[in-house]
Amino acid sequence: MDDPTALLEAIPYCRHLGVRAEVKDGVLTLIMPFARHLIGNVTLPALHGGVIGSLLETAAIAQLVWETRSVKLPKPVDIAIDYLRSGRALESFARARIAKQGRRVVNVHAEMWQEDESKPVAALRGHFLIAS
Amino acid sequence: MSDAPQNWLEQAFSLMEQTPYLAGLKGELLEVSAERARARVPYGPHLIGDPDTGVVHGGVVSGLLDHTSGMAVMGRLRAPVPIATLDLRIDYMKPAVPGEAIIAEARCLKITHEIAFVRGVAFHRDPDDAIALCTAAFMLIRVGSPPLIHPARSD
Repeated sequence: MDDPTALLEAIPYCRHLGVRAEVKDGVLTLIMPFARHLIGNVTLPALHGGVIGSLLETAAIAQLVWETRSVKLPKPVDIAIDYLRSGRALESFARARIAKQGRRVVNVHAEMWQEDESKPVAALRGHFLIAS
Repeated sequence: MSDAPQNWLEQAFSLMEQTPYLAGLKGELLEVSAERARARVPYGPHLIGDPDTGVVHGGVVSGLLDHTSGMAVMGRLRAPVPIATLDLRIDYMKPAVPGEAIIAEARCLKITHEIAFVRGVAFHRDPDDAIALCTAAFMLIRVGSPPLIHPARSD
């Protein structure tokens, strides 16, 4: 898959979240504008942990598909998410990198941030099965 | 035992059910008690993560487990306190079957004044045939120190 933007547009849940992709200087970044249906805590307001996890998992999948030029989507095996800061009612960004690529299983790390890339909101480590 | 905890839970239940993210998934909260929390999300085209197979996105499953885990912590509180997820680990045991509703069930195994530990499972019909398992830790965001925790079982 050469066009991560088209990939995300083809995934209904990514459209539901409003996630889009941007490639700049050979680096893939996911962008998710704030929307009311992403809120988990109305009083703060804060993004739902599930939204943050979804964005991070999508970043990992998009990076995998883009780097491996796979036509099939990788399957998540397990993920672990650390929530470092509250996700505010702001535009969010996520980026992933392949930490270790095996023949079938890939280990991916991803981070999400909002205003300041040096202050991550959450970080994901995950294993994914890639189609052979 | 006072029945006050149950009262706030009943009042809070409708509010919790109106969490925008859960509402956006068209999910519903089924139960919040000291014993466990349960939530359900019916299958819908907006949840699909793989257009080729129609399987829902992993984020739907993890998001539902995250939400239900938080509610399991709420079920152990005497009064509403904001909580924050510290970490969440998901094991994806098998893909969800397209067309079938997903149920998440979570239990808070241990709670202190600061931290709560939760285990959860997502499934279609049988909790022993899991789609995903989760382990989560939460932080209680407290102001002051009123008695917060109410026992899981009072006998």
